[in-house]
Amino acid sequence: MDMASLSSTLLFVAFVAYLIATFLFGGAVKSSNSKTTKSFERWGKLAITVTILGFIANLGYFITRWIAAGHAPVSNLFEFTTAFGMMVVGAFILIYFIYKTPALGLFALPIALIIIAYASMFPTEITPLIPALKSYWLTIHVITAAMGEAILAISAVAGFIYLLKNIDLTKKSKERFWIEAVMFVLVLVIGFIVATVSFSLADYKAEYSYISKDESQHNIEYTMPALFGMNESVALTEGAFEPIAEMPPLVNAKKLTTVVWTILFGTVIYILLRLILRKRIATVLQPLTKKSNSQLMDEIGYRAVLIGFPVFTLGALIFAMIWAHEAWSRFWGWDPKEVWALITFLFYAVFLHLRLSKGWDGKRSAWIALIGFIIIMFNLIAVNLILAGLHSYA
Amino acid sequence: MDKIVCTCGNVNPAGTELCESCGRPLNEETKEKKIVDMRYEGSARRSQTYNKTIIDKVWNFFSSVKVGMWIIVAILIAAAIGTILPQVFYVPATNETDIAAYYERIYGTFGTLYYQLGLSDLYSSWWFQGLVGMLGISLVIASLDRVIPLYKSLKKQKTKRHISFLKRQRVFGIGKTDVSEESLLSAEEKLKELKYKVKREGNAILAERGRFSRWGPYVNHLGLIIFLFGVMLRALPGFYVDETMWLREGETLYVPETDGYFLESKEFIYETYSKEESKEVYGEAIDRVGTIAKNYQTDVALYKGPEGSVAGHTEELTFEKEASIQVNKPVKFDNFSVFQMDFRLDELATMTFQLQDKETQKSYGEFKIDLADPQPLYELDKGYKVEVMDYYADFTGFEEGIPQSKSPLPNNPAFLIKMYSPEFPKGETSFVMIKETVEPLGENQHKIAFQSVETRDVSGLTVRKDLTLPLLALGGLIFMIGVAQGSYWNHRRIWVQLLEDGQTVIAAHTNKNWLSVKRDLDKVTEVAHLPKYLDQQDTDSLEEKVDIEEGV
Repeated sequence: MDMASLSSTLLFVAFVAYLIATFLFGGAVKSSNSKTTKSFERWGKLAITVTILGFIANLGYFITRWIAAGHAPVSNLFEFTTAFGMMVVGAFILIYFIYKTPALGLFALPIALIIIAYASMFPTEITPLIPALKSYWLTIHVITAAMGEAILAISAVAGFIYLLKNIDLTKKSKERFWIEAVMFVLVLVIGFIVATVSFSLADYKAEYSYISKDESQHNIEYTMPALFGMNESVALTEGAFEPIAEMPPLVNAKKLTTVVWTILFGTVIYILLRLILRKRIATVLQPLTKKSNSQLMDEIGYRAVLIGFPVFTLGALIFAMIWAHEAWSRFWGWDPKEVWALITFLFYAVFLHLRLSKGWDGKRSAWIALIGFIIIMFNLIAVNLILAGLHSYA
Repeated sequence: MDKIVCTCGNVNPAGTELCESCGRPLNEETKEKKIVDMRYEGSARRSQTYNKTIIDKVWNFFSSVKVGMWIIVAILIAAAIGTILPQVFYVPATNETDIAAYYERIYGTFGTLYYQLGLSDLYSSWWFQGLVGMLGISLVIASLDRVIPLYKSLKKQKTKRHISFLKRQRVFGIGKTDVSEESLLSAEEKLKELKYKVKREGNAILAERGRFSRWGPYVNHLGLIIFLFGVMLRALPGFYVDETMWLREGETLYVPETDGYFLESKEFIYETYSKEESKEVYGEAIDRVGTIAKNYQTDVALYKGPEGSVAGHTEELTFEKEASIQVNKPVKFDNFSVFQMDFRLDELATMTFQLQDKETQKSYGEFKIDLADPQPLYELDKGYKVEVMDYYADFTGFEEGIPQSKSPLPNNPAFLIKMYSPEFPKGETSFVMIKETVEPLGENQHKIAFQSVETRDVSGLTVRKDLTLPLLALGGLIFMIGVAQGSYWNHRRIWVQLLEDGQTVIAAHTNKNWLSVKRDLDKVTEVAHLPKYLDQQDTDSLEEKVDIEEGV
């Protein structure tokens, strides 16, 4: 077996291990009446062991892919997002050994699973490096930044558990609405994965020609039935889906199509879940958080930011500036990705100040941690896909 | 304002909430609290004490964390708005009219609005820079307002603290256990083992660890202030250079802003990944994407001219070094770096023409025009000659009969030419373009026939000098030290006291990571048989405890 396929196999092994570990953590959370019971310890130990085994396989994926590609596998959206998923698990393991809270695993691992699955929706082949990326700073900057973001993500997971436990879901409230909105967004990501996988299993492909905003003609290949057509789009593939509406040249109708299919699939899945469960998803998950200690979750949420913030600053701002000075001749150029890294930095600075000086803890702190995670994911994904800039490699 | 004298005899500055020495609450508000606010040790901060003069008011405004947070949030939102559309410096246009037109053409009404509101150049707007400036002021004042009293207070704290201070700590326990001198000693021992600095005063123990982490925030703020100061310095002349130069193969040009340095381009190299020569694993990606760039490189020679030499004077140059400028690998000399930023392939360098008889196509001689430096007259054999009356490097068409050139780049050269021959000593006029000729003054007998071109590549280079970098690096380093100091260490204190009525009190405070200090306390309690403590903020555990006590 060559390195590249060994690498994919190891990633698959890691994925399955995380899936199993999630259920084991579920067992640990459910089984215990009090923290000291034997069954709790057994489940907990088994769960963390499987997680670590999965993490080792995941590291194996990373190293073998590194060898196969000849550069650190963080050079396109698939590689970067997968590495981020891996580091979320790594950050969880780190925090677990400080606080020993199985509930954290029960929620952190599914997040990592979704991230890795999401990553696999992008082209996964190994790409050679373009000139701008040919630097050892690629390895240093991207890995450190991703590590920082992953640790910060654990803060959001702890915040999520805190909120799920402490929000009264029996009464109508803003909090109840928003926590369910968070659940809905997670289902949307699953919707995206299901939509992409379904259409790719059906081997759907259709090519269209269109006129771009600089008035030249291009071809584009849709992998989902075109709900929206590009500017003056003409189908080149026979029997291709006739777009319902045509977009002006400014709008990338292919991406819009993907977004709308994601929402359609996600909403259908969400409605089905609600019909089957006959409850809000938050209500279904709430019992799983019952045994976690609020004070501890609050502290984990804070501790994760304390650990992650310096790492993030070092990787996403300082190393980034050093590299930008070597590659683009200036350490700072207001490129969207740079700006959003700065926004993330400022946001967590606000988090820390509010906590330290204004005494914002508990629910307020937890909500901020969740918003922080949204900003990180926005920078990770949306900035590359929506905003044009120097970082649009993928 | 008056100083406050505590029952214990310590004289505290006006505005103090907790006595610096014994910790007694000094005002009614503090007395009413179940858990005291330990953030600045209840010390007297200028901003909380004085509010009369304008200076007080300005000081109080900028020392407020709340104000600081609003400034950050404003910067954050503004920064986000600036990413909605590309900023002007990423737009392929240089003058105001073209930029405005670009925003309108590509982004429609929204683009025009974005441009007119100044959002397209948001980061250099006066208000955005004003916000950053205010943040800088806030950093200075808010830090000074806190760090000085905090330092004094921590220095003055006594080992023995009053019970009213201890019982208002978040982690607190009191009870009658038979704590003897012996167990106090073993507590001391255990605390030392846990790397605490232990002080003893009568029956009171104060164990302290990691106090230096309290200075972390102020150290990192200092780093940020230095960084912002460095950024400001860039505006001063001489500190910062940002120039671009287009260098053609074979050309030697003065490097702008330098002290007489010249660069000669030997060759520009552009490489892409080919399936044959690259690693096999790249094959799939190359198939899907098509062309993937591998290398942009300009091979240059660096020369230094004599003292005071400027553009245009390429005599007397002394050779300094040869270098290959690649992306990520600038050439560096004398505080300057030159970066490979852009390129144009195959720019026209020369055009060769023949003067011919239009009908017989008989040639009367050939001439070659250097497009960077067209000669006014080209002499051919036997009295034939060609005069270049006008040259349009980037010809776009006629406007009211006058030829137009969009730029000085030879993208589409056109010439107004007069052909002299023995038959027409006064000359025939011809307008020569690529692939086409116009005869503006009537039918000619001769024509200019295009023969061949020579092309060369052009390198787009950026010339940079930034003397503020060492200062920025220093600021960044200090920031990282401060942020690590404040994040990865914490300030823990444990108080153990044997009261006169025979009860034992334990209390603990940490600025973060309560679980860790509780674990320390558990270890000490175990060896020294101290009373049980409660986390007065942990409502879950408190409820659990009530449940257990009520037998639920």
